[in-house]
Amino acid sequence: MSVSITFKDVVKKYGNNTVIPALSLDVKQGEFFTLLGPSGCGKTTLLRMVAGFNSIEGGQILFNEKVINNQPPQTRNIGMVFQNYALFPHLTVEKNVAFGLENRKVPKAQIPEKVEKMLEVVQIANFRKRLPQNLSGGQQQRVALARAIVMEPDVLLMDEPLSNLDAKLRIDMRNAIRDVQKKVGITTIYVTHDQEEAMAISDRIAVMNGGILQHVGTPQNIYHRPANVFVATFIGRANIIERPCHFEDGKHVIKMSEGYSVVMDNLDPNYRERSVKISIRPEEFVFSNDHEGIDAVIESSIFLGLNTHYFVRLDGGEQVEIIQESNIEKILEPGSRVKLKVKEEKINVFNRETEKSITKGVVNDAEPK
Amino acid sequence: MMQNLNKKRDIWTVVTIGILLIYAIILVYPLFTILKASVVTDGGFSLEYFQKFFGKKYYYGTLFNSLKVTVCVTLLTAVIAVPLAYIMSTIKIKGSGLLQGLIIISMMSPPFIGAYSWILLLGRSGVVTNFMKDTFGITTPDIYGFTGIVLVLTLQLTPLIYLYLMGAFKNIDNSILQAAESMGCTKVKKMFKVVIPLLLPTLLSGALLVFMRALADFGTPMLIGEGYKTIPVLIFNEFISEMGGDDAFAAAISVIVIIFALTIFLIQKLVVNKKAFSMMSLNPIEAKKEKGLKNILAHGYVYLYVALAFLPQLYVMYTAFLKTSGRIFVDGYSLESFQIAFERGSDAMINTLKLGLIALFFVVAIAILIAYVTVRRRNTLTNLLDIISMVPYIVPGSVLGIALLLSFNKPPLMLSGTMAIMIIAYMIRRLPYTIRSSAAMVHQISPSVEEASMSMGASNLKTFFKVTLPIMLPSVISGAILSWVTIISELSTSILLYTGRTKTMTVAIYTEVIRGNYGTAAALSTILSAVTIISLLLFFKLSGKKEVDI
Repeated sequence: MSVSITFKDVVKKYGNNTVIPALSLDVKQGEFFTLLGPSGCGKTTLLRMVAGFNSIEGGQILFNEKVINNQPPQTRNIGMVFQNYALFPHLTVEKNVAFGLENRKVPKAQIPEKVEKMLEVVQIANFRKRLPQNLSGGQQQRVALARAIVMEPDVLLMDEPLSNLDAKLRIDMRNAIRDVQKKVGITTIYVTHDQEEAMAISDRIAVMNGGILQHVGTPQNIYHRPANVFVATFIGRANIIERPCHFEDGKHVIKMSEGYSVVMDNLDPNYRERSVKISIRPEEFVFSNDHEGIDAVIESSIFLGLNTHYFVRLDGGEQVEIIQESNIEKILEPGSRVKLKVKEEKINVFNRETEKSITKGVVNDAEPK
Repeated sequence: MMQNLNKKRDIWTVVTIGILLIYAIILVYPLFTILKASVVTDGGFSLEYFQKFFGKKYYYGTLFNSLKVTVCVTLLTAVIAVPLAYIMSTIKIKGSGLLQGLIIISMMSPPFIGAYSWILLLGRSGVVTNFMKDTFGITTPDIYGFTGIVLVLTLQLTPLIYLYLMGAFKNIDNSILQAAESMGCTKVKKMFKVVIPLLLPTLLSGALLVFMRALADFGTPMLIGEGYKTIPVLIFNEFISEMGGDDAFAAAISVIVIIFALTIFLIQKLVVNKKAFSMMSLNPIEAKKEKGLKNILAHGYVYLYVALAFLPQLYVMYTAFLKTSGRIFVDGYSLESFQIAFERGSDAMINTLKLGLIALFFVVAIAILIAYVTVRRRNTLTNLLDIISMVPYIVPGSVLGIALLLSFNKPPLMLSGTMAIMIIAYMIRRLPYTIRSSAAMVHQISPSVEEASMSMGASNLKTFFKVTLPIMLPSVISGAILSWVTIISELSTSILLYTGRTKTMTVAIYTEVIRGNYGTAAALSTILSAVTIISLLLFFKLSGKKEVDI
């Protein structure tokens, strides 16, 4: 049954080019775990190392306590769903699903029953006699999923399985995948570059960049308390500005502009540098009604129904994006002068040099405890 | 730390090494034998045979003859094929499907049958010659020698370039042409500034293939060349000469031919690599209906070409049904020629069938394996295999025949005179083409399909047989049919390797023509052509397209 997966200082090299320097990570049993990152960050490489299609140049990967580094893919007992589905074009839906069972020496009599049940689970039973070329993208996706989990593998690996589907189908399918995964309770590693998809589907997410884990945590924590500037900007939108700060009475005072400072009591008290980087999400700005706030000029606006986006020039010269719930009154014209405040409890503050978060509340499983 | 087992040291490495060993024995060793034979005299190194070749015009003249023929044929085929492909891709031609089929059939039939048919038409007592002389008193130009060789080979090989170009036209996106037009580049200017440059790499590849075929062709110059000797004819004569052939001298000439072919090959590669680019068309050019003069000219051009290429062969078939008296055709029709053909040629037919099928089996099996390892397991070994398997591309059939005979004429590998040596020869000669088309198919299969199979517990071998091979199968079968057709029409190697017991149909036709038994020759040709045509029809049916991958 389902296993936990441990990565111990795993290294991937192509010739002399190190793609993943030394990666350590624990994926819990039954967990839906997502590797998220921009293209080329090493997420698919890592997934294929778990599958056995890429060699491992250093460190270990363990299923439960067992090192699997040198096991061929055939014996790892994995189920894999590929970006292009990789269905066998010469076999019907049924035969595609039965393929793995036949290899695993499941008694012949049991195969049809298992196949049938799985086709029901992914709701594709009506198409059992069809060839893959006669299925739509979403149906092919369901077959690929059924084929991978019918063998009751220890681990389910999915490599950007939804990227070839259209937007609406993508949402339907990600819910279907999530449901099926919960139903069978199988440890799953899912690779995607789509952060919304990752947040919707995962128990935990690992944000990767340049072969290094940036932040491993729950979707909420990664969004609200990103471990560094990269994570803040990669997940959702974030305006990054730099401001002077000083430490007094156990609190940090950040000077946002002349006459407007915010006092933060949730920052690392050991941080004593004279300035910080701040990440403010577009919804964390508010238009100020009093005389306090950062002076700013509206440059342009986009009305999107529920929300209105403003692009605003701060008096410090930075351009930032602001999202406000649309109201019945007129949208602010370009050129309008406004004063902005921030939602102090929501913004994140980072070390100016290392760009690591100094805000309390970051839960990053990638850091050694 | 444990070593990584995952270095793909699997069953495929064994397969690669196994095939490399086979090639070492049946190709590399013979080529070295021929090289050795050419430079060793009385146990010592000597360039005596090369001096002999370049010392007499009788010998080195053949090199110029071959060069002249080959260059003329290559240029002419290109000049004829470009408009042909352009018309067929851009203008709707009535019966274009049938025409396409006829063009392919005319290409796939043995070249020497073409030569023979032109002799029947325009030869010394050809029908057209006699008709013109008797009716108008006009003497038709002499078909023998240079003119005849160029005529036959041009008609025979034009389809090669034509088919290459048709493929390239399919890859030109119509929007490229529309973009050119929108920028004011139209008609002739568009043709020379856009279309031809886009086709150039393909044209050069096709031209190389024509060049190699024309250079290596033996049957045509032998039948229609008369005094005009080309290199393959010289090699054959020196080797087979009734006054005791000179093996070493034939070997030396072979080496010269290989060096010559290799030079051309490398120059072509150099030029093509500089100009290479890839095209993908979402919106291919469609043939449009034309009106008026343009339409008439287009139809005229295509029909004229197909008639010239195909009708002579049809005439050969016709003569097979003529009554004969001794060696001469007389009035009236009969099936006598076929009767004699079956009496004398049944052994040859059975041999052709047997040799063809056995060779075909090995060609297909080895080609699939080579294609798979060279595409999926790129490493030094498979690269080596890739290069070695393409060597026969530039080795003329007669040279290969001599190399095999010189290498396997003594124990432990006493193969001369056996069926095995002919099968080996067919295999080596056909493999490069079959490998190429199989490799194209492997490229189309996404590696993740195989990975999916492995992740579901199938071993590498099982994955190959249960997933990869079944997906490849349809194209493997159509590829096999094409290989079959080329194998049964092979002459230049067979003529060197055959003995009484292993005579093939092509050899039988050739000997009947040489002996002047035109009726029997025609009947045998007709049977061979019929087999070819039926095979090709089967190919069209199975592959569902009117194209061949040569």
